[in-house]
Amino acid sequence: MTLSAPARWALRAVMALGLTFIYVPLLLVLINSFNGDRTFAWPPHDLTTRWWSAAWANEGAREALLTSIRAGLGATAIALVLGTMIAFAVQRFAFFGRDTISLLVLLPIALPGIVTGIALDSAWRSVMGDLGIGKGMFSIIVGHATFCVVTVYNNVLARLRRTGTNLEEASADLGASGFQTFRYVTFPLIRSALLAGGLLAFALSFDEIIVTTFTAGPGVTTLPIWIFNNLFRPNQAPVVNVVAAVLIVLSVIPVWLAQRIAGPQAGAGRT
Amino acid sequence: MRSGRILLAALAAGVLTLAGCGDDGGDPAGSGPGGLTVPKIDELAALGAGEGVVNVVSWAGYVEDGSTDKSVDWVTGFEKETGCQVNNKIAGTSDEMVALMKTGEYDVVSASGDASLRLIYGGDVAPVNTDLLSNYQDVFEGLKNKAWNSVDGVPYGAPHGRGANLLMYRTDTVTPAPTSWSAVFDPASPHKGKITAYDSPIYIADAALYLMKTKPELNIENPYALDDTQFQAAVDLLKQQNELIGEYWSDYTKEVQAFKAGNSVLGTTWQVITNLTKADGAPVEAILPAEGATGWSDTWMVSAKAQHPHCAYLWMNHIISPKANAGVAEWFGEAPANRLSCAETKDPNHCATFHAEDEAYFAQVWYWTTPLARCVDGRTDVTCKDYAAWTQAWTTIKG
Amino acid sequence: MASLGSYLHRHPRLRLAGLLSAPLLWLVVAYLGALAVLLVSAFWTVNGFTGEVVRQFSLGNFRTLLAEEVYRNVALRSVGVAAAVTVICVVVAVPMAFFMAKVAPAGSRHWLVIAILTPLWASYLVKAYAWRILLANDGPMDTLFGGPGYGLPATVLVLAYLWLPYMILPVYAGLERLPDSLLEASADLGARAGRTFRSVVLPTLVPSVLAGSIFTFSLSLGDYITVQIVGGKTQLIGNLVYANIGAANNLPFAAAIACVPVLIMVIYLLAVRRSGALEEL
Repeated sequence: MTLSAPARWALRAVMALGLTFIYVPLLLVLINSFNGDRTFAWPPHDLTTRWWSAAWANEGAREALLTSIRAGLGATAIALVLGTMIAFAVQRFAFFGRDTISLLVLLPIALPGIVTGIALDSAWRSVMGDLGIGKGMFSIIVGHATFCVVTVYNNVLARLRRTGTNLEEASADLGASGFQTFRYVTFPLIRSALLAGGLLAFALSFDEIIVTTFTAGPGVTTLPIWIFNNLFRPNQAPVVNVVAAVLIVLSVIPVWLAQRIAGPQAGAGRT
Repeated sequence: MRSGRILLAALAAGVLTLAGCGDDGGDPAGSGPGGLTVPKIDELAALGAGEGVVNVVSWAGYVEDGSTDKSVDWVTGFEKETGCQVNNKIAGTSDEMVALMKTGEYDVVSASGDASLRLIYGGDVAPVNTDLLSNYQDVFEGLKNKAWNSVDGVPYGAPHGRGANLLMYRTDTVTPAPTSWSAVFDPASPHKGKITAYDSPIYIADAALYLMKTKPELNIENPYALDDTQFQAAVDLLKQQNELIGEYWSDYTKEVQAFKAGNSVLGTTWQVITNLTKADGAPVEAILPAEGATGWSDTWMVSAKAQHPHCAYLWMNHIISPKANAGVAEWFGEAPANRLSCAETKDPNHCATFHAEDEAYFAQVWYWTTPLARCVDGRTDVTCKDYAAWTQAWTTIKG
Repeated sequence: MASLGSYLHRHPRLRLAGLLSAPLLWLVVAYLGALAVLLVSAFWTVNGFTGEVVRQFSLGNFRTLLAEEVYRNVALRSVGVAAAVTVICVVVAVPMAFFMAKVAPAGSRHWLVIAILTPLWASYLVKAYAWRILLANDGPMDTLFGGPGYGLPATVLVLAYLWLPYMILPVYAGLERLPDSLLEASADLGARAGRTFRSVVLPTLVPSVLAGSIFTFSLSLGDYITVQIVGGKTQLIGNLVYANIGAANNLPFAAAIACVPVLIMVIYLLAVRRSGALEEL
C-alpha cells in the first residue's frame, strides 16, 4: 500500500512509542538490580553489585531455573506430539466434530488460568491421589502441556494449509513408504512451524504462575513460584530483579537461535 | 513465610473445622471444643539414637540450609552433629500442611495457630514429651500450654516464635501520633485514601478487637468467636473503613514500598516491616495501640505416625535451641520463643525491638485462631461465624 | 513398516483414530473431565462444623452468588477491565503490527519480532512489580503525568502492558500473510490508502484481532495477581475464586464463582467462532 510520507512517519513514531512502552519497565528492572535500596526506592540513592553476587550464590534460584526448564521441555515435548497429531487429523481428514476440535484445543488457554488450575488440582487429588501419585513435576508438566497444545496446533495447522498435499502424494507415487514420506517430505515442511509452536509453548510454560500454583506439589519450585516466594521478602526482592534481568538477556538466545534455524517465520509464530 | 502467614492463619480456619470431624458424628462427647475427643496417642518415652533422616514440613524460611544465603544456615550443623539428614518440604498454606501430615510421610511440622488444633483433633500429631527437649525449659512461659498448642494441659509441640500486628504511621504526616486503632476507623480521618489494612479475612478480628474495647454492649469475649450480631458489627465497621483505604496489603515488600513512597501513611503492620522501612530511611513508627492487637504464633509438632521420631525430637530441640531459634527469628523478623536466643542474635537489640521478653506486651495480643462454627470462646448457646463466612464477608467488605 | 503404512493408507479411518485418540483422551477425559468435576462440585456445600465437602445437590452457592450484590459488581468490573485491556491492546498493536509487517524494511522485521517477543521471557511478576514502582507516589509516572496512582486504571494499564505481545503477534502474522502485491493492485486500481485499508487490510485484520482478543480478554479475566500489586483496594473475579479456595477451603463456592468467567469465555469463544476467527489463530 502506498502510504504518504506523514503516514509512514506516524507509524514509525507509534512503533517507537510502543517499544518504549514495552522496554521502560524492563529497563527499570535492570536498573533496580543495581539499586542499593531493598524495596526499590525511586530514584535509586546508591548503586551496588551485591544483589548480583547474592543471586550468583543463590542455589534456590538456580534449582528453580532448572526445574522450570525441565517442566518447560516436558510440556513442550507433549504439546509438540499432541498438537501435531490434532493438526494432521483436522487438516487431512473430514470427520464429525472437526469444527469443535479447534475450540476444544483452545479452551485450556482461553479459560482463566485459575479455573484451569483448580479444575486440574481437584481432579488430580481425587483421581491420581487415590492411585498414590502425588503432585510434583509430573502434574506441572501435565498442566502446562494442556494449555501449550494450542500453540503447536495453530502453527502446524497453518503450515499444512499452506503447503497442501502435492509433495506427499508425489513422494508416495515415487514409492516412498509412509514413514519415508514423513521423514523426508512432511517433516522438513513443518519443521519451522514446529519450532515456532514449540518455542511459544516453552515460553508460555516458562512464565506460567497461576496454573502452576495449583498443580505444583509442595516440594517443586518453578522459577515463577520461586520469584513469587521471594519477591515478597524484602531481603530477597532485589535478587529477584537480578534473576529477571538475566532472564531477559538470556531469552534472546532461544529466540535468536530459532530465527537462525527456521528463518524469520519461527519467532513470529502465531499464538 | 511472612507473606504466607496471614493466609495461613486464616487457613487454619479449615483446620479447626476439621478438628471437629474426627469421625463424622460417631464421637462421644469429649474435652475438645463442642465435645470433641482428642485421639489417645502416646508420647515418646525416651530419646534414643537418631534414625539418620528427618522429614520436615515447614513454612518457607523456617528451615534454611544456606541455599538461599550462605550465611543463613541452621541445618547443616544439625545434620553433622546428629547424623539426621533433613528433608524439608515447604508448604504454602495450612491446608497443605495438614494434608501433608495426613500422608504419614513426615515427622515434624511447623504448624500455625490455625492448623495446630486441626492436627491435634485429627490424631495426626502426638503429644510431646517436653522432658526430652532440653531447650523447652528456656521457652517463654507465655507461649507454653496455650489454646493452640495444648489440650487439657498436655503440650503438643515446641513453640517457635511470635509477633503482633501493630499500627504503623508516617511521623511526618500523621500528627499527633495515634494511640488507638480508632485512627484507622475514624470516618473523618484526614488521611482518607492513604490508610492501609491487611488483606485477609482474618483482619475482621482486628475490627472485632476494636469493638470489644469500644462497644462493650456487643459482649465480644474473643475476636475469633463472633456470633451473628457481633460479626455484623465488625463487618459494618470494616465496610465503613473501606472508604478510607488506599490499598490493602498482603506482603511486606508491598507495604514497605507503599510507606516509603507515601502511598500509605497509616495502618496495620508487622514489626519487621517497620524495621525495614526505617532502615530504608522513611520516617515511620509502630505502636501497640491501647486496645491491644492481633498476632501470631507457630508451633513445631511431631507426627503421630513419625517414622523417625528420635530425629524428630532432635530437630525440635535443635530448632528451639538458642542459636537456631535466634537465626530463624532474625531471618524472619519475629520474637524468638527461647529466652536464651536473645543473647545469640546478630543484632544485640533484636529481642528488645521485637519485645521478645515483654510478657506484658504479649498479654495484650490475641493470637490468630481459626474461627469455627463452634465458638472458640466456649459459648455453646450460639453458632459462630466460621472462616468460610469470614471469607465471604471479606469479599463484600472490599466491594 | 511398509505394509503397515500401506494398510493404514487404505484405511483412513484407522489413521484418523490413531491421530486423534491420544490428544482427545488428554483434552476430553483429563481436561474436560476435570472441568466437569469442578462445575459439579459447585452444587455441593461445605459443612461449617466439619469442613468436609457435603456431596448433596444444592443451589445454595448460586443463590448466594446471585443474591449478593457484590458478586454482580465484581463480575461486571472484571468484564469491564478485560474489555478495556483488549481495546487498548488493539489500538496499540494494530499500528505497530502494520509497521512491522508492511513498512519496516524486510531485513529488520525479524528483529522487531524478537523485540516484541523478548519481554515475554521476563517474569510476569517482576514486570508487574516494576509497574508498581513506576506508578508509586512521586514515582516516574506520577512525576511525568501526575497519575494514575494505584487503582482500577492502573490495573487496566498494567494488564494491557503484560498482554500486548499476545495481540501484536497474531495481528502481525495476519498482515504478513497479506501479499504486498494485493495492496499494490488496490493502489493501481486507483484506491486511496483509506479505501485500500477498508477493503483489503481490514478483512485480514478483523479475524487476527479477534484471535488476539481471546488471549488478552481471557488472560485479563482470570488475573488475580496484578490487581493485588497495582490495584489499590480493587478486587476482581479471580481474587474471589482464589480467596475462597486458597484461604477458606471452600472449593464448592470457589467453583460456583469460577462458573462466571467460564460462562463468559464460552459465550465469547462461540461468538468469535461464528466470525471465523478461530481459523486465524
